[in-house]
Amino acid sequence: MTRRLLLLALLLFGGMPANAEHPAECRVAENLTVPNFRLPRVAKALAEKRLTILVLGAGSSQLPGSSGTRNAYPARLQQALAQRLPGVDVKVTTDVKSRRTAVEMVKILPNDLGAAKPDLLVWQTGTVDAMLAVDPDVFSQALDKGINIAHSEGADVVLINSQYSPRTESMIALSTYGDDMRWVALQHEVPLFDRFNVMKLWSDLGTFDLYSATKKLDIAEQVHDCIGRLLADLVVTAAKSQELPTNGSR
Amino acid sequence: MKEMRNMAPVSTERDLRLDLFRGLALWLIFLDHIPSNAVSWITIRNYGFSDATEIFVFISGYTAAFVYGRAMQQHGFVVASARVLKRAWQIYVAHVFLLAIYLAEIAYVANSFDNPLYAEEMGVLDFLRNPDVTILQALLLKFKPVNMDVLPLYILLLLWFPPMLWLLLRAPSIALITSASLYALMWMFDWNIPAYPSGTWAFNPFAWQLLFVFGAWCALGGAQNLSRWVNSKLIIGLAIVYLVFAFCITMTWYFPHLAIYVPKFVGEAIYPIDKTNLDVLRIMHFLSLAVITVAFVPRDWSALKSRVFWPAIVCGQHSLETFCLGVFLSFAGHFVFTEMSNGVIIQVIVSFLGIAIMVAVAALISWYRQAERRGGGPRPPAAKPGYAEGDA
Repeated sequence: MTRRLLLLALLLFGGMPANAEHPAECRVAENLTVPNFRLPRVAKALAEKRLTILVLGAGSSQLPGSSGTRNAYPARLQQALAQRLPGVDVKVTTDVKSRRTAVEMVKILPNDLGAAKPDLLVWQTGTVDAMLAVDPDVFSQALDKGINIAHSEGADVVLINSQYSPRTESMIALSTYGDDMRWVALQHEVPLFDRFNVMKLWSDLGTFDLYSATKKLDIAEQVHDCIGRLLADLVVTAAKSQELPTNGSR
Repeated sequence: MKEMRNMAPVSTERDLRLDLFRGLALWLIFLDHIPSNAVSWITIRNYGFSDATEIFVFISGYTAAFVYGRAMQQHGFVVASARVLKRAWQIYVAHVFLLAIYLAEIAYVANSFDNPLYAEEMGVLDFLRNPDVTILQALLLKFKPVNMDVLPLYILLLLWFPPMLWLLLRAPSIALITSASLYALMWMFDWNIPAYPSGTWAFNPFAWQLLFVFGAWCALGGAQNLSRWVNSKLIIGLAIVYLVFAFCITMTWYFPHLAIYVPKFVGEAIYPIDKTNLDVLRIMHFLSLAVITVAFVPRDWSALKSRVFWPAIVCGQHSLETFCLGVFLSFAGHFVFTEMSNGVIIQVIVSFLGIAIMVAVAALISWYRQAERRGGGPRPPAAKPGYAEGDA
């Protein structure tokens, strides 16, 4: 929260490239999703006019209902990438299941990578670990291991942190796990998609009402759509930018 | 202070700076505990490595030694230990009371909130399905809801305090070395206490005892021995340099784009800054703050007795009550945000109103204690040597 004023300052003075194709709601948070590291393996794949992405995640990477899969952010990511990268064969596969900790996901990661052979692993985690109060060291080590496995299998990594959930904020201590993800991302020089602060900004500015108690899916779908779009921007920018530090060359 | 001996509480008069900074720490803890609170950007955790918890634990150790050290000298080990354990019991009861309020809040949210976006997050309420296990684990201090970690830590620190105080009064250096060794062993062997449903205590007692014992050691004459060092220009300079360094690093957390200016070896050396195990970087940050405070706020500063600081001081003097009230008020504040409005103005009002309530209640307790001591109460005035005003 703390970060609100700072974020606003960043928003006002950041002066980042705007993507006019996205709805205004999404663009509000654009400056928070500018990558700070490159994705060289994605860049190589794009040069060959193909891009395969594996989304590994837990419950907050999916939406309920019959059209849930179509509207959740992995599918929106694929759509946004296809739009932004004409002529590139974009393929997004998912392994998403609720209630999974980072350790559990790392266990199945080698299989997933072997099956999908992705150029990029988008890894959403942290919430379940925070809910179960998993030992933060164990969590960090799992992140570490997962990133190393992905790199050794030839995939870049983008981490996605928890959702901002104002109603349950006093019940789930996310901050330790969010900080750990930031640090591990920094150490491995992989981009972190800061979903928490993106959604927080939306909530603070009133873009989306994240407090509302509703069974309706409309806001949830819009949120996922924007996340998919912003994630696509991050991936493309991180792949194409020449100025960013190169990562994962270890 | 002429009668001071090496291993006795330094003076009979309570150091008002302790109450002042403990009161301020309690306010900061309250502000930090309200999720999404704009006002919490003023709290120290945003500008360095340590936060109000370090201040609270250190000063609690200091005042515990001040109050119970005197009792142990005058009435012996058994009586003083009994008093410490009584205090621990009071804190346990307070913790259980807060837990009841927390469960009420959680149950309300579980019944009233539904949003497909947060299907995963709502899983945190699942423990309501088997309250038998949860409540039992909570009574055993293994299940501790968010922001309710400090009191269990305090309880354990007090349970361990009588033998430590005994040692501190006889061989302060050995006591401090024992405490530091425990801290080191904790890092070597990953000692912590298991929690429920998984993981370990968020405030590792094996780690945080160091700050508590160090506070006690300072109270029993250590601060006097250190004063030559603490007042040296070199130490003050180093403290300032370290605080600036911590400030710069902290800024890279809020402006991730600045992170690339942190040299890799620095990042690898300092991260992660471990709050659970009281990272050395956090201790150093707290010590730097303490050095600066001692250097610039003299003990006999007349403003300490002025009206300006009275609200914080009175809160610091009744820390257990104020702390519990703060936890309750932070629940209530979050409730206001979710049920009414979370506009910045509401956040400011809730924050200041909360602090005002804490001050009012602390003042009321203060008045009540005085009335009781004057003989108006149901019990005869308690003879508590060294118990000037306020609690341990």
